Amino acid sequence: MSFVKMTTTALAMTAISTAAMARDNVQVAGSSTVLPYASIAAESFGENFDFPTPVIESGGSSAGLKRFCEGVGENTIDIANASRPIKPAEIATCAEAGVTNIIEVRLGYDGIVFASDINGASFAFTPQDWYLALAAELPQDGAMVPNQNASWVAVNGDFPDQPIQAFIPGTKHGTREVFEEQVILAGCEASGALAQIMEINGGDEDAAEATCMAIRTDGRSVDIDGDYTETLARIQADLNGIGVFGLAFYENNTDKLQVATMSGVAPSTDTIASGDYPVSRPLYFYIKADHIGVIPGVKEFAAFFVSNDMAGPDGPLAEYGLVSDPELSATQEAVMNETVMAD
Amino acid sequence: MSAMKHSLLTLDARTKKRNAAEKRFKACGLSAIVVAMLALVVLLVSVFGSGASAFRQTYIAIEVPFPEAKLDQSGVRDPDVMSQVTTLGYEPLLVDGLLAAIDAAGIATEMSDKDIGALISKEAPATVRNFVLANPDVIGSSATFDLLASGRIDGFFKGRVTMESAALDGNTSPEALQLAQDLRDAGIIQTRFNWNFLIAPDASDQRPEAAGLGVAILGSLYMMIVVLVLALPIGVAASIYLEEFAPKTWWTDVIEVNISNLAAVPSIVYGILGLAIFINFMEFNQSSPLVGGLVLTLMTLPTIIISTRASLKSVPPSIRDAALGVGASKMQSVLHHALPLAAPGILTGTIIGLAQALGETAPLLLIGMVAFVREYPAAYTPDAGLFGEASTALPVQVFNWTQRADPGFVERASGAIITLLVFLLIMNTIAIVLRRKFERRW
Repeated sequence: MSFVKMTTTALAMTAISTAAMARDNVQVAGSSTVLPYASIAAESFGENFDFPTPVIESGGSSAGLKRFCEGVGENTIDIANASRPIKPAEIATCAEAGVTNIIEVRLGYDGIVFASDINGASFAFTPQDWYLALAAELPQDGAMVPNQNASWVAVNGDFPDQPIQAFIPGTKHGTREVFEEQVILAGCEASGALAQIMEINGGDEDAAEATCMAIRTDGRSVDIDGDYTETLARIQADLNGIGVFGLAFYENNTDKLQVATMSGVAPSTDTIASGDYPVSRPLYFYIKADHIGVIPGVKEFAAFFVSNDMAGPDGPLAEYGLVSDPELSATQEAVMNETVMAD
Repeated sequence: MSAMKHSLLTLDARTKKRNAAEKRFKACGLSAIVVAMLALVVLLVSVFGSGASAFRQTYIAIEVPFPEAKLDQSGVRDPDVMSQVTTLGYEPLLVDGLLAAIDAAGIATEMSDKDIGALISKEAPATVRNFVLANPDVIGSSATFDLLASGRIDGFFKGRVTMESAALDGNTSPEALQLAQDLRDAGIIQTRFNWNFLIAPDASDQRPEAAGLGVAILGSLYMMIVVLVLALPIGVAASIYLEEFAPKTWWTDVIEVNISNLAAVPSIVYGILGLAIFINFMEFNQSSPLVGGLVLTLMTLPTIIISTRASLKSVPPSIRDAALGVGASKMQSVLHHALPLAAPGILTGTIIGLAQALGETAPLLLIGMVAFVREYPAAYTPDAGLFGEASTALPVQVFNWTQRADPGFVERASGAIITLLVFLLIMNTIAIVLRRKFERRW
């Protein structure tokens, strides 16, 4: 009977596949911000070396690190991309699963920019403007009152009378954390609101900072859980919208977006590298040292990724929007020596 | 009531009311269809409008010189020495070739060499390098190539990039577009049908012009093979047993209810199951079409079982009775008579199940198939086993490309949707043809 034969074939097939499962390609997962850089490096690596092109998955920094910490072996990933440093809790999870030798590699910096539709009004922001526009509650006469600012002119007299409509990254994105800490919290401090909130709550600084970073939920600020392409679509549909983007995304869409300055500085790879542009963050990837020598090409790929040809100031990654790390040579040395993180 | 009210020629109030109700009902049905068709038309117009251009691509035909001093200083054509020259070393050669072509065509431009070089795709140095490594004898001479033009130049000839947008764009300039136009007039740049879109692997964010569906189509094909080979026999065997042999007890009822329920389980749940069983427990490779196929098999099984049981049920009992009456065993009556008559229905159900599996993304998210993969997966390697090499799938490629920053990928994503729709259309057409050809009615 034909279906009996087919069933036998199917069983035989499953048996063959279980017999040997090894892989010869490097497997990477993690941050969607690092993904384009990793795929550019992987593509070049595959072209110029005898190793197969590494497979790069996205899914977010936390998801990537979670899979990184599942254990050591061929069915776990070799490298995790992250747009933030690994947390102590994650290192502990890793250690429990036997992943004790982790090499931390900082590949460069990423700028976070504020951009609106090219046909809309232009802005010159300070962190204080963003705090006053997006905070859930503002201190007023010794008490916290819900944020009533509906127009940018209410935030800053120099701004046009345009309704506040912001599209910011959702909480699952690493970018959100940077936005809250480097923009909202900084603005809270600069406007003197932090001191006022501490007066109100009796001097509890941690609680005051948390109050500062609470974002209003009345629709003036919209969380975007998808990618920057979604933010772009929302801004194109709403001329009043102002969105938070990565520098690389903006640089590839300069014909549709206009970027706002922050504290008087326009974002560019130069101003971010020099530290003049205030909102940026380091990008990392983490290597499982125990996979070096087991999975072919892990160390070679990592070394190539941070080489001057790739991550240097004139390399293709910088061309795409990565802010090159001034201390790149130290990073290269750490990869060469397989320097693992201290416990 | 008088008899006058029941004339057949004049309608009474109640009949009018009923007729009006019928008209309203028909209008509702018609408008529902119109709305559905309009939605389909809008979808198709938007997809084809932005995606049809993915099947055309702009190429630059230039003669690339291969100086020995740059490519093989040893002079002995040692592959190890020659491969030391990376794609970065080949870039200047392409620029030289393009500059020579511009000179030969008598085009005047004031752009820098670097900006002129940006007309050529970043994929091109790899194309040329692979050619040289495969044909070391060409060193010292030159060869003519059809090289990909960069995404912005390609977009210019497809109407996506204009002089106005280029003026604002950091990645190109109106001068570059003007030069491209001059080169096209000189016949050096051409736009033509692009097989590479269906054959080439994915490319990184800097090379939308080089990105293709090769790996995705191969991955989808492998998964469909796994689904077909596993789901069809298991599904048919299960349905035959349930329909023809199993006693009707509460136990078979439970199984039946569960199968119907499984058909409605969200597909992401199968992804979680696949991750836990096939990757973490059975240790199959992540991102492999084998795991993807197994997950999709689980998802497709209920569909196949339900349609197989329905087609077995539609075979009249008289056929089985006649077979049993002339002395056939139960198994003979099923395999020789009922199953062949039910086959068209089973095939239709299977193809529709496969089409559903082909378009599925969610479960693949969890087993690592939503990835950047450039190496063509082999069907079998001794190391990775059968279908064990990393790959993506067609719907996953759509998902990936919609997330990319470069506007060139919008066109690619729509092109991938068109390809996926064509595959689905073919599969559904086969299902309809099979049904029309072999179906018997009683």
